[in-house]
Amino acid sequence: MSAKGAVEPMATPILEAEGLTMRFGGLTAVDAVSFTALQRDITAIIGPNGAGKTTMFNCITGFYRPTGGALRLMRDGAPVDLQRLPGHRIARAGVARTFQNIRLFPGMTALENLLVAQHNTLMAATGFGIGGLIGLPGYRRAERLAIEKATHWLEATGLIERADDPAGALPYGQQRRLEIARAMCTDPVLLCLDEPAAGLNPRESDELGVLLRAIRDGGCSILLIEHDMGVVMGISDRIVVLDHGKKIADGTPAAIRADTRVIAAYLGEGDEA
Amino acid sequence: MTGEVAAITMANRPSVTAAAMKDAAITALVAAGLFIPIVGLRTDVGADGALMIRQRWADVAILVLIAFFGRLGLVTWRGLRGEAKPRTAARTEVLRRAGTFVAPLLLGAAVVLPFIPGTGRYELDLGILVLTYVMLGWGLNIVVGLAGLLDLGYVAFYAVGAYSYALLATTFGLSFWVCLPLAGILAAFWGILLGFPVLRLRGDYLAIVTLAFGEIIRVVLINWVSLTGGPNGITGIPRPSFFGLPFSMSGEPDTFAGFFGIEPSPVHRVIFLYYLILILALLTNWVSIRMRRQPLGRAWEALREDEIACRALGINVTNTKLTAFAMGAMFGGFAGAFFATRQGFISPESFTFIESAIILAIVVLGGMGSQIGIAIAALVMIGGFELFRDLDEYRMLVFGGAMVLIMVVRPRGLVGSRTPTVALGARRAIGAEHVGEGRG
Repeated sequence: MSAKGAVEPMATPILEAEGLTMRFGGLTAVDAVSFTALQRDITAIIGPNGAGKTTMFNCITGFYRPTGGALRLMRDGAPVDLQRLPGHRIARAGVARTFQNIRLFPGMTALENLLVAQHNTLMAATGFGIGGLIGLPGYRRAERLAIEKATHWLEATGLIERADDPAGALPYGQQRRLEIARAMCTDPVLLCLDEPAAGLNPRESDELGVLLRAIRDGGCSILLIEHDMGVVMGISDRIVVLDHGKKIADGTPAAIRADTRVIAAYLGEGDEA
Repeated sequence: MTGEVAAITMANRPSVTAAAMKDAAITALVAAGLFIPIVGLRTDVGADGALMIRQRWADVAILVLIAFFGRLGLVTWRGLRGEAKPRTAARTEVLRRAGTFVAPLLLGAAVVLPFIPGTGRYELDLGILVLTYVMLGWGLNIVVGLAGLLDLGYVAFYAVGAYSYALLATTFGLSFWVCLPLAGILAAFWGILLGFPVLRLRGDYLAIVTLAFGEIIRVVLINWVSLTGGPNGITGIPRPSFFGLPFSMSGEPDTFAGFFGIEPSPVHRVIFLYYLILILALLTNWVSIRMRRQPLGRAWEALREDEIACRALGINVTNTKLTAFAMGAMFGGFAGAFFATRQGFISPESFTFIESAIILAIVVLGGMGSQIGIAIAALVMIGGFELFRDLDEYRMLVFGGAMVLIMVVRPRGLVGSRTPTVALGARRAIGAEHVGEGRG
């Protein structure tokens, strides 16, 4: 592990988890996990079913309040303590997420979905809704910019043809991409993806990898949970492995592939230890 | 129908008939089971004052036969029509296209109604009543149709508006135009007050609490006799004036008729009230339509579609719900103030749960979120109810039957589709199958 540690000090962290713990009654779903996700990196969290990946994700994105530990988001050099913020503030701090079972606004068009994501920017431009109601030029400009940004992300995800179709009518793979586009419209510094490749065919998985790399190269760090090892090994810069709520490994894909404890956790060899 | 399809239908006919006979027989059996005790046996008071049972088997036989042949006809018709049932989306599209000229037509009719020959006091009063419910429906639509929060106590805000106007006008002598915004603000204030504790509840729980809130307001109005006059209500509420010119029969220069040099008539005030509620309703409509295209309105609809996703996007869910509640309550308050000035007398009896239920029924039957659907539903529900006044006790039956019919034919309301608020190309209606109903 020490060899891997030597590579990293030059990169700046985007998210630091320190002793993150989440208990549900007597069950400790996440047990004192510490890890660092670096800026402009794709960090994957993997582990067998029930390892606590989604629980940790929910702590990071504000859906659960961690029982203990600290989560620091480094935005513009200044750390933000995520574990103290209410749910909707975390998105404003720069953490966007997608869901394992897609959560779009099915009755709204793809474009509307992306405009809802820019709610806070647009609300600020409306002046408590009054300016928007009577159509002040300031609001019109803000709306035009919002539509431009939405168009940009629709193009980036290859959905521009479907902009005016209801999100609920899109095929599964497009819904996944639309959810990523919607998350990106909140201008995040950290994009959290909960199993983005679930249910995608191999070609769609490849396209997803290209999209995620493009997002990373655009300056947004990515944290993802994924079961599809092909996707994980192909795009991750760094992998954190959880098992039974504890971190058992942390390193580059090559190192993780060779790690005996990871193999034990996945193949179930741990009994004699 | 093409020849091929016709041939298939022909081939299937014997089985269709047999199945239809069986189905109709079962229906007749159920009808017999229901009607034998309900219709067949009747207790009457005999000549000597004792109870006696009268048997009416002929009536039962007629009813069972009606059920049998009715069902047979229905099933046969369905069988002949086959599977070529038009899709809901296609029907919605037709309705939407019809809606594009129905809306201006209705608006035009509403504007010229007082000048149509043959329109008397009764028609105008009915028009005012319908428009009041249209306005209430549009107000509640913000809460139920857009934000997806099931509110069973909307009448509470109507009551707050009515009592605000009545008390402010009778106690402080403030004019209608000063009281109208105050009534709206007070109702919105109560909406926020109610909203703070209850908006963390969802679905059925929210419905129950709002129902309770509606009842609390009414019970307070009944029991706080020193302020509200209790069950006796408030009398002598000032009638509206035409911007300071009272509607008086005296014909003096400082009255409406005298100022404009026309013959004094009691209809002037009714016409004024009619246009007043028309303008208030159109204001509600305009604000609703504008709000839908604003970030706030979009957030309301997003909230109806998926609350958790909203939170993940950084939308403050509680505040957004509160704004919807306050906005809906405000229009309820406006309508209440209008109601008070129109009646000149209000009492808690006007604000019972049935009012909330009727307004909610208008929103649901009209199609949640649809402006024109709600206007038509209010016209049918309130106007139609008046139309069947001659039917006496069967009026409720017609009313209930009409509601069931609408829900069977159009389960998502008259206009269940949704028009996108923004589009890169042409705006296409979104079918009801995609649009969420909201779970609070």
